[in-house]
Amino acid sequence: MLRLNLESLTPGILKLGYKLLVNDRAKFIALIVGITFAVFLMIEMTSLFSGAMYRASATVINIGAKVWVMDPAVRTVANAIPLPDFVLDEVRSIPGVKYAVPLYSGGTLVKMRDGTYQSVNIVGLDDSSLFGRPALLEGNISDIFAENGFFVVKDAEFSKLENPTIGTEFEVNDHRGKVVGIAQVATSGLFGVPTLYTTYNRAIEYIPTARFTISYVLVEPKTAEDVATIERQVAAMGYLALSKDQFMQRISNFYTYQTGFGINILLMTAISFIVGLSISGQTYYTFILENIEKFGALKAIGAKNRELVYMIMFQAAFTALTGLGLGIGLCAVLIWLAKLYLPTYGAMITYWDLGLAFVMVVIIAAASGYAGIRKVLMIEPFDIFRG
Amino acid sequence: MAVAAIQAQGLNKWFGEGEAKTHAVKDFSFEANFGELLYIVGPSGSGKTTLLSMISGILRPSSGTVTVEGTDIWKLSNDALAEFRLNKVGFVFQDYHLFPRLTTAENVAIPQILRKREWNAAIQDGLQNLEIVGLKNRADLLPVKLSGGEQQRVAIARAIVGRPDILILDEPTASLDGDTGQAIVKFVKANILNEQRCIVIVTHDARISAFANCIITMEDGRLVGIAQGENAL
Repeated sequence: MLRLNLESLTPGILKLGYKLLVNDRAKFIALIVGITFAVFLMIEMTSLFSGAMYRASATVINIGAKVWVMDPAVRTVANAIPLPDFVLDEVRSIPGVKYAVPLYSGGTLVKMRDGTYQSVNIVGLDDSSLFGRPALLEGNISDIFAENGFFVVKDAEFSKLENPTIGTEFEVNDHRGKVVGIAQVATSGLFGVPTLYTTYNRAIEYIPTARFTISYVLVEPKTAEDVATIERQVAAMGYLALSKDQFMQRISNFYTYQTGFGINILLMTAISFIVGLSISGQTYYTFILENIEKFGALKAIGAKNRELVYMIMFQAAFTALTGLGLGIGLCAVLIWLAKLYLPTYGAMITYWDLGLAFVMVVIIAAASGYAGIRKVLMIEPFDIFRG
Repeated sequence: MAVAAIQAQGLNKWFGEGEAKTHAVKDFSFEANFGELLYIVGPSGSGKTTLLSMISGILRPSSGTVTVEGTDIWKLSNDALAEFRLNKVGFVFQDYHLFPRLTTAENVAIPQILRKREWNAAIQDGLQNLEIVGLKNRADLLPVKLSGGEQQRVAIARAIVGRPDILILDEPTASLDGDTGQAIVKFVKANILNEQRCIVIVTHDARISAFANCIITMEDGRLVGIAQGENAL
């Protein structure tokens, strides 16, 4: 039985392994390219997914409320089911609620000055508190109360409204709208439409709504411990209260499991993994096979099995980590370049993506190394003499 | 009385099982001393390589003992046996088995690296031993750039870099032309053999037998003759 003992792990053995690996340039490059390509594909796929999920929760992130009250049937923030006014009143009466305000969030069409129409997302903020208001690049926050006042978010979709300036006018359902401020938010939405902010009352006045008008009730709890109480009390009312993170997770779950988006990304990631595993596994195995007699000779000379195992593990780990670094770097550069030329490009590398790629690469290294180790452990020095 | 370098007693080796079972080495005993250049000769399939493997700690005999400098090597653990090979035995393989991607000096330094010697010190040892075999000026070349005879000498330098007491050469002239083969064995006898070292050569090349102190002849796994002295043949 093979017992690993770190005393055998000397710098000389590792350097020998390094030289044997790196000096075989063709195979080393093939290994690195294989793993780099696999990591690039895996991170590209998962970062697209992460970016899309982040953008799908854009309104939740930009508004920033700690607790959101909604109809239990709501799956994404874009598909709000209007709540009756009494929900707002009842939520305000729950112990532990510091304050609660209504939010309007919905889509409509605006008619621009040249007569063309453009889909937009309109966010109506509570008139008295303007809770969830964006940061302004131009204009004053109080201008939102001006007649027909709207803030336009300056993001990747801004140009779709023909790069409006303060004073630009447009039509919303035969109502005049006027840009009174240019705003910025943390993230753009998923669906590629510009975002306008106005007051809650103006939003429900300008935009045709159903009998109920509140999209969400935004709650500020008195303390973090009060969130659980609020969630229970809201549930008792027949509605759903979610923390910001829970709501983002719910949105992510919807896109992941109920749209096919998640499974497609998962499949592409798995294919990338298999490509990486195939290329590196096969190349590394060929490398071992080509040197198998030399490893046998090393055993005959006096190398112990564990020393050869360390050498192979080091080679596999070195290749995998180099490929991981290059793959991450390549992906980061390409995403950066893509965002320079395509502002709507939504890929976003998260720690989760990096962690997943690391785990996958460790599996690739372990599988490749295992195949090599098995072969090297099986070779007998006597086979070298026998020829 | 001086301790024998190698003492083999009643060695037997069977391979396979059932009807395929073959008796490769049959009740073989011999003794080799320090300062001696010993040949094991015989036709192909006579058991030379099997015998060589058993006396060098590579292949466990089915029965019998191998004592090297008073130690029964087949009573050692696997790790101790690897240490024994590393510290006591130098191997020159028939196909040399040099790593093609390592320089000549790095190839020679490998046993020292396995002895946990620091890399640069091991390379220095390699250079010293390349000097012994007259190839110091080839230290930075890859083995593929060397002739067959030079590769053989690199393999010898690698085998002696750890100052082993026993040197094993497996068919050292098989891949060389007659003159180069003779030159190599002559070189080994003149420069590598000494009073503290025993050299065992497996060969069926009759042209180099003049250099032997002792010739053991094998046939069908059996010892069929031992010739001693300078004029062993």
